[in-house]
Amino acid sequence: MTDIFKLLRGNPGDSDYKKKGVIVQGITGAYGSLHAKSMITYGTNIVAGVTPGKGGQKFEDKVPIYNTVKEAVNASGANISIVFVPAKFFLGAAKEALEAGIKLLVAIPEHVPIRDTMQVLDLANKMDAVVIGPNTPGIMIPDLIKIGIMPPMPFTAGKIAVLSKSGTLLYEISDALTNAGFGQSITIGIGGDPVNGTRLIDAFNMIKDISDLEGLVVVGEIGGDSEEMLAQHIINIGFKKPTVAYIAGRAAPKEKRMGHAGAIVMGTYGSAESKVSMFNKANIPVAKRPSQVPVLLAGKMQQSD
Amino acid sequence: MQLLEFQAKELFRIYGINLLPSIASTTIEEGRKHAKELGYPFVIKIQVPVGGRGKAGGIQKCQNDDEFELKYPQVLDLVIKGEKARAILLEKMADIKKELYLSLFLNRSKRCYTIIASPEGGVEIESVKNQIIREVGLGEVSEQVAREVAKEMKLEGKTADEFVDILKKLAKLTVEKEAELAEINPLAIMQDGSLIALDGKFVTDDNSNFRHDELQKYQEKTEIEERAEKSGFSIVELDGDIAVVGNGAGLVMSTLDMLSDNGGKPACFLDVGGGATTESVYEALTLISKMTRVRGILVNLYGGIVKTTVVAEAFLKAYEDNVIDLPVFARLKGTEAEKAKEMLKESRTKIFDSIEDAINAAVMGIKK
Repeated sequence: MTDIFKLLRGNPGDSDYKKKGVIVQGITGAYGSLHAKSMITYGTNIVAGVTPGKGGQKFEDKVPIYNTVKEAVNASGANISIVFVPAKFFLGAAKEALEAGIKLLVAIPEHVPIRDTMQVLDLANKMDAVVIGPNTPGIMIPDLIKIGIMPPMPFTAGKIAVLSKSGTLLYEISDALTNAGFGQSITIGIGGDPVNGTRLIDAFNMIKDISDLEGLVVVGEIGGDSEEMLAQHIINIGFKKPTVAYIAGRAAPKEKRMGHAGAIVMGTYGSAESKVSMFNKANIPVAKRPSQVPVLLAGKMQQSD
Repeated sequence: MQLLEFQAKELFRIYGINLLPSIASTTIEEGRKHAKELGYPFVIKIQVPVGGRGKAGGIQKCQNDDEFELKYPQVLDLVIKGEKARAILLEKMADIKKELYLSLFLNRSKRCYTIIASPEGGVEIESVKNQIIREVGLGEVSEQVAREVAKEMKLEGKTADEFVDILKKLAKLTVEKEAELAEINPLAIMQDGSLIALDGKFVTDDNSNFRHDELQKYQEKTEIEERAEKSGFSIVELDGDIAVVGNGAGLVMSTLDMLSDNGGKPACFLDVGGGATTESVYEALTLISKMTRVRGILVNLYGGIVKTTVVAEAFLKAYEDNVIDLPVFARLKGTEAEKAKEMLKESRTKIFDSIEDAINAAVMGIKK
C-alpha cells in the first residue's frame, strides 16, 4: 500500500521534508493559474508548471514553466502533479505524467470519459502510482499541503480523516467539524465520477493506520457501490476508530444523473438505502444532515472512551 | 445517455446482432403503413426510457386491423412512471422456446467491464437467477471467454455458436460506443435453436459524447437542459414546487434530501457549477422562472471557488429585470458571504444562518 503521508510530507531528514514539490499541469490556463496561486498562498511548494509551447517562461515571475512533464520532473525532482487540462486532453496529460515518473497524480478535470480514466488507471497500476480523481477537489493535509481546488477556510489541522465524493460537501462538513473542534489530519476527495482512481476503500487503506487518528468521516453519495465496499471492509478488518458517514441523494429520483456523472441509481445499484443499510451493519451512524456529522462523531467518541 | 429500445436495436442491427423485423413510428398514420409492411400478427411496444412497460400495458399483441386501430392510440397515450411515449415500435411476433439474459456493464468499483449472463432471463436484472458473472477488463471479449460463458449457460450446438457470436458483437459495440450498459433481456432461443435479441437497453457515457457524433441523433434534451448545458450548469427537473439552487452536486443533493425530509417538494435540482458567473446564474434563474409549477426558490451556497457575491449579483439583476417574482429563501456561507448578505439585505431574498432554517421557512412560506 502506498504511504500517502510519505508522498505528501516526505521523510524526516530529507531536504524536502514537509515541503514536497508539486508540478502543475496546465498552469497557464484560467483555472490552473487561479488555483496554482491559491496553492502557493496556502504554502504548497509549487516547483514547476507545464504548458506545451510555453516552456522557458515563468509563472508569477517565480515558477519555471516547461513544455513537458519529463522536463519539469528532471529539473525539479518532484513526483507529484496536479492536472488542470480540459477533460478531452486528460488522457494525454495523465499518461505523460505517469511515464515521466509522477507517483501521485491529482486529476481535477470533470467530464473525463470513463474509458480514458480506465486507461490511465491501468497505466498507473503498472507504474505503481496513485491517481486521485478525476473530478476531485483534491487532497490536503491542513496547514501543511493543499493539492487541489478547495478553499482554505473550512479546514484546520487535527486528527480526523475526511473522505468525500463531493467537493462542496467536503467543505461544508469539514467546516462543521472545524467549528465543533474537530480538526482534520487529512482530507481526500474521491471525486464524483463513476470510476475513481482512488476509491473510498483505497483512501481508507491510506489513512487507517495513522497512529494518532481519532476518527473518520465518510461523505458518500448515490451511485455505484464504493460505500458498500468500504463498509464491508471496515467490518472485515474490525476497524474500531469512531466513524460517521453521510450520504447525499436520498431524495433523488432513480435513473437520473444528479450533476455528477457518477451520481445515478440504476435499478437498486447505487441507491442510498443500500449504502445506509451497509453502514448501519458496520455500526457506522449515517447523518441525516451535514450539520449532524460532528454531533454523531462526538457521540461515537464518547462511546469509545 | 440512455437509448430507447428501437435505438438500441438500430445499433444491434448495425453490429449484426439478430433481431425480429421491427419499425418505429410516432403517429398512427405511419403506424398503419408499417402494419402493412410487417403483416399480422405483431406486437406494439411503447418506447419510453424506463422499465416496467409490460405491466403498465405498454406492450400489446395485434392480430388484425381492428385491434391495431384500437390499441395503437391507447399505447401512444400511456404515461409510464411519468414518461410519455417517444415512439411506438411494431415488432413481428416470435415463437420462443426459452428466454436468456445477457449484458455487459461497467463495474464501477472493480473498474472493469463485467459480463452478466443467465439461462433464466425475461425478468428485471434484480430478479435474474443463476447469474454467471465474468470480469473482462476494458471490455473486449475473446472467443475463448465467450465459449466458456456459453458452456456455463449449458448452451449447445447452434445456440451456443450464436451466443458466442452475439456476446462478441455486443462487447465490440460496448467498447466502440463507450457504453456503461448494454443489455439484451430477453435474449430468446427460437424453436429452431437460433437466438434473437427481443429487447435492448443501452446506456452510454455522456462524457464521451464528443467522440461520438453518430450517437447525437439519439440525444434527447429538453430546452431547459440544453440551455443549462450551454451555460455550464446542470439541472434535473422534478415534480415539486420549490426550486433548489446551490453549488456542487453533492451540496444540492443534500439540500433536496433535507427539503424532502421537512415535507417540501423540490421542483428541480440546479447546480450552478464550479465555473458559475453572474451571467450563468442569471440564465439559471430565467429557466426557473419558466417552470410554471415553481412557487419558491431555495438557495444553498457554500462559496469556495464560486464567490457568493457573484450569485447575489445575479439575483439582484433578476429582481431588477422582473425575471423572478417568487419568494427566495437563502443560506449563504463561504467566500464573500458577509458581503453577499449585505447586497441582498434590501431585496426580496430572505436570508437565513442555517440551511435548516431556510428550508423550514420555504416549506411554511409555500404552504400559505
